[in-house]
Amino acid sequence: MRVTNGKLHEKLGYFLFRMSMLLVIAIVFYITFDIVSKGIGSINWQFLTDRPRDGMTAGGIFPAIIGTVYLTILTTLVSVPLGVGAAIFLNEYSRESFLTRIIRMALRNLAGVPSIVFGLFGVAFFIQYMGLRPSLLAAGLTMGILTLPVTVTASEEALKTVPASFRQGALALGASPWQMIRSIVLPQAMPGMLTGAILGLARAAGETAPILFTGAAFFLPFLPNSIHSQFMALPYHLYILATQHHAISRVRPLAYGTALVLLLLVILLNGAAIILRFYYRNKMRKGGI
Amino acid sequence: MNYRRFKERAIALYFAGNGVAVIIFLLAILALLWQNSWPFFKEVGPLKLLTDHQWNPTSYFGPIFGIRPMLVSTLMVTGGALALAFPLGVACAAYLGKMAFSWEREILKPIVEILAGIPSVVIGFFGLVVLNPIIARVFNLSNGLNILNGSILLAIMALPTIISLTEDAITAIPRSFEDASLALGATSWQTLWRVILPAAKSGIAAAFMLGMGRAIGETMTVLMVMGNVLSLPSSFLDPGMTMTAVIAIELGEVPFNTTHYYALFAVGLVLFIMTFLVNLTSDIILNRFQGVEK
Repeated sequence: MRVTNGKLHEKLGYFLFRMSMLLVIAIVFYITFDIVSKGIGSINWQFLTDRPRDGMTAGGIFPAIIGTVYLTILTTLVSVPLGVGAAIFLNEYSRESFLTRIIRMALRNLAGVPSIVFGLFGVAFFIQYMGLRPSLLAAGLTMGILTLPVTVTASEEALKTVPASFRQGALALGASPWQMIRSIVLPQAMPGMLTGAILGLARAAGETAPILFTGAAFFLPFLPNSIHSQFMALPYHLYILATQHHAISRVRPLAYGTALVLLLLVILLNGAAIILRFYYRNKMRKGGI
Repeated sequence: MNYRRFKERAIALYFAGNGVAVIIFLLAILALLWQNSWPFFKEVGPLKLLTDHQWNPTSYFGPIFGIRPMLVSTLMVTGGALALAFPLGVACAAYLGKMAFSWEREILKPIVEILAGIPSVVIGFFGLVVLNPIIARVFNLSNGLNILNGSILLAIMALPTIISLTEDAITAIPRSFEDASLALGATSWQTLWRVILPAAKSGIAAAFMLGMGRAIGETMTVLMVMGNVLSLPSSFLDPGMTMTAVIAIELGEVPFNTTHYYALFAVGLVLFIMTFLVNLTSDIILNRFQGVEK
């Protein structure tokens, strides 16, 4: 009797676990399928290259695309040098110490700070304290700090894949620590770091809350012409079309189109990172390191 | 020679500075939240924030700043999300870690990663246009913009965190545990259910906490699908408004340096402290877990 019960229990358990996995996969496909199937009809050349017209009920999303591209570039410029630098310090220059423990703790907590709190920080620091206007610069700086944990973690992982023997070899040949890092470690770790940078970029492209008050604009008839301009951004534009517009049902197709462009952008970036990592791992294995 | 020594030291210091910058950023966020909430605490008092029953900064009879309705909203939507995501996430992790073939893993894990990458505003949009009418029909409501909707979406968003961390915890269990259990005559299911999952429980608990942190801090999704009504919700079918949503909506409307403005920073501070404690707990759990393992 016990045996049959156990068998039943076992079968049921495995079945439930398998179904859970299937459910999650189904959710991912359902969301992507819904956005793609209903958004694809809105996408045409005009949608991608024109500005919004007639109170955002017609026209395209070009300024939002450009705004998001500018913002992610600025974010990368802030977050990658800092993140790579911090990772080099953690992995190359310091042994495990009180300081590195604190830095790692700070990183984990920074990763857990709600994005809207970064928005508050951006307003209080960059706009109120430093006197910046709401702009690409203020938003990029805020977003740079938000993505910092992603870049540091990925860069550190990339540095960890460089074997210690490479470092020892370089040092034994008389290279200084910096020469060793610059000419041996960094080139080896570059693809991994690139992966991290792309993941940070993807995160920045999709975030909305931190830019609500630091520079994103409801509607701009022109493109940003300097880092001190306000900008339109894809996620914020989607939020407006979905909830804040005066004719929500009429602009639904535009909202779907915007959601699709944003989703494609983020999936492409994530996909690039996944492929890069996969390719890099295979190369490392084959290279016999 | 001396120049080279100097240069090396300068470079090392520069990188140390980058590392220390991370600490400075975190402290700066805390300091600015504190500095900007201080005028509110002085004028209205931190106790009022917790004891007042409603949030009505523009009331005709004088502003009322009670955090309770939004705190309850946040806790309910987070609790609902975890109730859905935690069992599902652990089951998926067990499947990925112990049941799936390696080719399956190669396909399934990127799909989970893609889910992690979908922007919160897109998930919110999905909730608004797809889940909203479904919930309205199933429960016979005029609309489906309520805490349940938010919970389901936050569950979807917390899943990747819970799955990947739980899977890490499961695969970190030494092979010898499994071998010993099988050698004693346990079936593979008994081994999974009674040996591996219990052995991984600290890692699973940490995954739970991080999923919770993610749900508490999420903004755009809950802003779009919870109806944004600031009354005390009494069921999951009531609309609600989380702390994050209150900040997102009201910060754009208030003039700088007013009591209302400072009150929003006080809400942000509470939010920061909540997520900080959640993350700290998961850190402590993980440290203890690593201590036992090694």
